[in-house]
Amino acid sequence: MEAYLDNSATTRCMDSVKDIVVKAMTEDFGNPSSKHAKGVQAERYLREAREEIARTLKVSEKEIYFTSGGTESDNWALIGAALANRRAGNHIITTAVEHAAVLQPMAYLKEQGFEVTYLPVDRQGCVRLEDLQAALKKETILVSMMYINNEVGTKEPVEEAAKIVKEYNPQILFHVDAIQAYGKYRIYPKRTGIDLLSVSGHKIHGPKGTGFLYIGEKVKIKPLILGGGQQKGMRSGTDNVPGAAGLGLAAREAYSSFEEKLSHLAAIKERFLRRVAELPDTVVQGQAADGGGAPHIVSVSFLGVRSEVLLHALEERGIYVSSGSACSSNKKLPVSTVLKEMKLESSLLESTVRFSFSVFTTEKEIDYCLEQLEELLPMLRRFTRH
Amino acid sequence: MTFKTFLIKYGEIGIKGKNRYLFEEALVKQIRHALKKAEGDFDVRREQGRIYVDCLGAYDFEETVDALKHVFGVVGICPVVVTEDEGFDALAETVISYIGEMYPQKNQTFKVDARRARKNYPRTSMEINADLGERILEAFPGMHVDVHTPQIMLSVEIREKIYIYSRIIPGAGGMPVGTNGKAMLLLSGGIDSPVAGYMISKRGVKIDAVYFHAPPYTSERAKQKVIDLARIVSHYSGPIMLHVVNFTDIQLYIYEQCPHEELTIIMRRYMMRIAEHFAQETGSLGLITGESIGQVASQTMQSLAATNEVCSMPVYRPLIGFDKQEIVDVSLKIGAYETSIQPFEDCCTIFVAKHPVTKPNLNIIRRSEGKLAEKIDDLVKTAIETTEKIWVE
Repeated sequence: MEAYLDNSATTRCMDSVKDIVVKAMTEDFGNPSSKHAKGVQAERYLREAREEIARTLKVSEKEIYFTSGGTESDNWALIGAALANRRAGNHIITTAVEHAAVLQPMAYLKEQGFEVTYLPVDRQGCVRLEDLQAALKKETILVSMMYINNEVGTKEPVEEAAKIVKEYNPQILFHVDAIQAYGKYRIYPKRTGIDLLSVSGHKIHGPKGTGFLYIGEKVKIKPLILGGGQQKGMRSGTDNVPGAAGLGLAAREAYSSFEEKLSHLAAIKERFLRRVAELPDTVVQGQAADGGGAPHIVSVSFLGVRSEVLLHALEERGIYVSSGSACSSNKKLPVSTVLKEMKLESSLLESTVRFSFSVFTTEKEIDYCLEQLEELLPMLRRFTRH
Repeated sequence: MTFKTFLIKYGEIGIKGKNRYLFEEALVKQIRHALKKAEGDFDVRREQGRIYVDCLGAYDFEETVDALKHVFGVVGICPVVVTEDEGFDALAETVISYIGEMYPQKNQTFKVDARRARKNYPRTSMEINADLGERILEAFPGMHVDVHTPQIMLSVEIREKIYIYSRIIPGAGGMPVGTNGKAMLLLSGGIDSPVAGYMISKRGVKIDAVYFHAPPYTSERAKQKVIDLARIVSHYSGPIMLHVVNFTDIQLYIYEQCPHEELTIIMRRYMMRIAEHFAQETGSLGLITGESIGQVASQTMQSLAATNEVCSMPVYRPLIGFDKQEIVDVSLKIGAYETSIQPFEDCCTIFVAKHPVTKPNLNIIRRSEGKLAEKIDDLVKTAIETTEKIWVE
């Protein structure tokens, strides 16, 4: 039996998405920039995809820009907005637990002379609003915060943060990395006060190499990719029509029968947590420990078991998960910065594994995974380093 | 300048007496095999104690030279201009246009080194040297003759045809693979063992390899890394049969039964035993390891003696007197280093004691191994039976 429990890494593409991608590649393969009918036909896919996505966010389709994925969306949002608003100030605020797709652009902006404040997190990986309040100053031009932490599933207080930022100064741009959250939460940027929102396609059963950035119509931002002037000159390069079509469909699917999907995920997660609680010497990390956090991510420390060894042992039994950390004996591999920022003890750092679910995850898979854990953990604990 | 022919220089083969033709044939075979990796069609021929590679039609010069550089037994690769004998004036013209194209600055020192293999040629070697030198000086007044340390050594060989060359690209040296039997390399994911395989292969030895895999303590990626390393070595040694042994159960059993500070030594003894089994099975004449005296606890003189004791075959340790940096230098040279330092190996560290014995006492080790009597033979048998064999080329 197989159990794919690594849906925060990537998800299986939906069949309907695959079909529309193939159609856009083989039948309606025109270039939307072409003047002839074949081009117009291809352009229709783009427009429809934009409309589908815009509808899920209750924004205008003019505010949706296709990218090559979450990383590009984050890079563009941060670097593009920082450079365009430099005259207003040079201070940026983010959190210490962001994905590398945010942290690396921040490091780059620091090199370019920007000042970056990293908000610390509590033991569950959550930022404190009073820290955000205290970090704001008149030079602040941009605040970036993830919606859901990709490693431990903690939900950051995005709505409250947006309110604080906008009350302090409505000119400050608020960016949200929603890569783990889109499709799992109803996110309405205009009501919340989000100016920029990054989303990735392959996390929502869409194709890899796709994503979008929502850019509020009044937001000043510079393009990063220059060329033939596609997407109103904001993101050049021949439009990825098959990708956009697949992404649009995946977005629509993610929000259709939304409540049922959420309750399916909730049931899966609850079943998993209930059975994990029965295992000795395990600690659930993040907000999931208190029944909160994302509906699809659970991070668990198995004391006395090296996460990577457990990962490979599970893999031998067809169960696929992620290890947040790596062998601490090997200095070349960094231990997860998120868990470190949460100030976990090193015994926990070394032994934490992430399980992440999707609508395709079944109760049978969960039961199989737990059965295997019950069998494996005592075995692996027999051979620990003394 | 486009060359249609390469002259292959080889060294030690020349001194192998009556076996010489065997070595030359092996070298031709290896060259033909290596050239399959280069774009183009080639004819490899042996003629009067020389090997020539003729390029038939269009070919990729860089790829061809690179392929030839990977062949053991090749000392030098000379791109040559081949011309028919149409009189001395024609030869002089060809030589002048060769220099004109190869050395655009035309201010170097040079020496002509003629060799007259065809003795009915109307000039002696000395005369050819002098006369060609004169023509070159006339054509390029900026150049000077220096017979002791010339910047350009222009070789002119008069055979059926005339061969002109001045550039010798260094080859890999050594002996053609296949002329000295076969050996079994204990390949890990580290820096040393691929270098050890390379060094022994360089002496003409065919290589097979064995890797000890310990899932789930080592990952699929660690195994892929070893396959990648075997592939890098195979660019020199030719195809390698890689034996992937699942060692986990043996390791765990040793871990449970024996003192932890002796783990590594006992483990290594079982690795040697299994490697020797496959070596015998496949006709290898020895084992190869990447050990170097004193590098780690398991490579002290005492530890080496303890692991050596279980084998009846010779164990070749070409790096035995190398410092780490010297090993790294070779690893870089053969293009293995980048792969070797990928960090996948460490999940196995639970099997390494904090303070392993550095001077194991054989009697004590044997007594510890006695505690394995109940199950170890079965475990070794299973490990051998379940070994995965991967053909790497």
